[in-house]
Amino acid sequence: MTHATQIVDQMRPPAPAEPGSGVYSNKLGMWVFLASDVMFFTALIGSYIVLRFGMGSAWARPGAVLNVPLTGLNTFLLICSSVSMVKAYAAIADGKKYFLRKIPGKTLQDGGLKFWLLVTIICGAGFVGVQLFEYIKLVGHGFTPTGYREGSLLAEHALADPVKYGAGVAGMYGSTFFTMTGFHGFHVTCGVISMLYLYFTKVLPEKYSPQDYRGIEVIGLYWHFVDLVWIILFTIVYLI
Amino acid sequence: MTTPTTQTTHVRPNYMLIWLYLFVMTIAEVLLAFELPVSQNLKLVLLLFLAIWKAMLVALFFMHLKFERWRLRLIFIVPLPLAIILVTTVIMEKVF
Repeated sequence: MTHATQIVDQMRPPAPAEPGSGVYSNKLGMWVFLASDVMFFTALIGSYIVLRFGMGSAWARPGAVLNVPLTGLNTFLLICSSVSMVKAYAAIADGKKYFLRKIPGKTLQDGGLKFWLLVTIICGAGFVGVQLFEYIKLVGHGFTPTGYREGSLLAEHALADPVKYGAGVAGMYGSTFFTMTGFHGFHVTCGVISMLYLYFTKVLPEKYSPQDYRGIEVIGLYWHFVDLVWIILFTIVYLI
Repeated sequence: MTTPTTQTTHVRPNYMLIWLYLFVMTIAEVLLAFELPVSQNLKLVLLLFLAIWKAMLVALFFMHLKFERWRLRLIFIVPLPLAIILVTTVIMEKVF
């Protein structure tokens, strides 16, 4: 391994640490916020678990109401955005502020901070877009936060097969589904807006350097947490 | 004003490999939920196991928790038992 490769393979902190805590204050603040967000989502997921399993088999069957393939694609999009975020972090740590750069002897160009953060923003915005599309479709079919709308397609299905569609607890199903996915979608939207702000005010003017890229690490922590929460939500809400 | 202190460096994980793991496990979850003939209880356990494994990969490697100091890890770890206590208490209230 050459000396140059060794430097590239090292992970260095993006800014000097504060004495005492061992990390810089922005990062510590984000971790404390994430810890509080763990409790916030626990309250939502915990309530869902209690309601869901308290009802036994009365709940709608997985895939009966929700579009699982579409949401699976959305999950893939969010996982891709998480890896592009961490690639953006690695790029600026290596001093790659550029968008794309040709590497001699290689077909693919090397992505820098500008490229990877833009990919993350596009994937994040794509996730929000697909979720909005899903909401519009669900409401159109009659699935609302209060249950199945009278006279709708889903209400007719629920009448024909009340067990499969969980007709007895549709209101509870709708309220828990829209509350959990809605709050998560709100988090994703906030993340996309924050990344857009960083992109135009810090990344494009090349204000980050390998010596200081705190903003990228802090927004990265938030973004990965949002991905982590979705991994749990996808399993609990869509698959179980 | 920040004071520079001694900081350690770590070998960077292979992010694309972790992305591949997450991708494969997501497909496995969907197949397990809808295609594979497995009993409901086993399906529940396996799906939760896969979800927790995926979440751990994100926390440890993408959020770099594996490489952080213990005092920082604790900030993230401490709410988890509290979360379990919260859920268990609510379930107990429902049961009794």
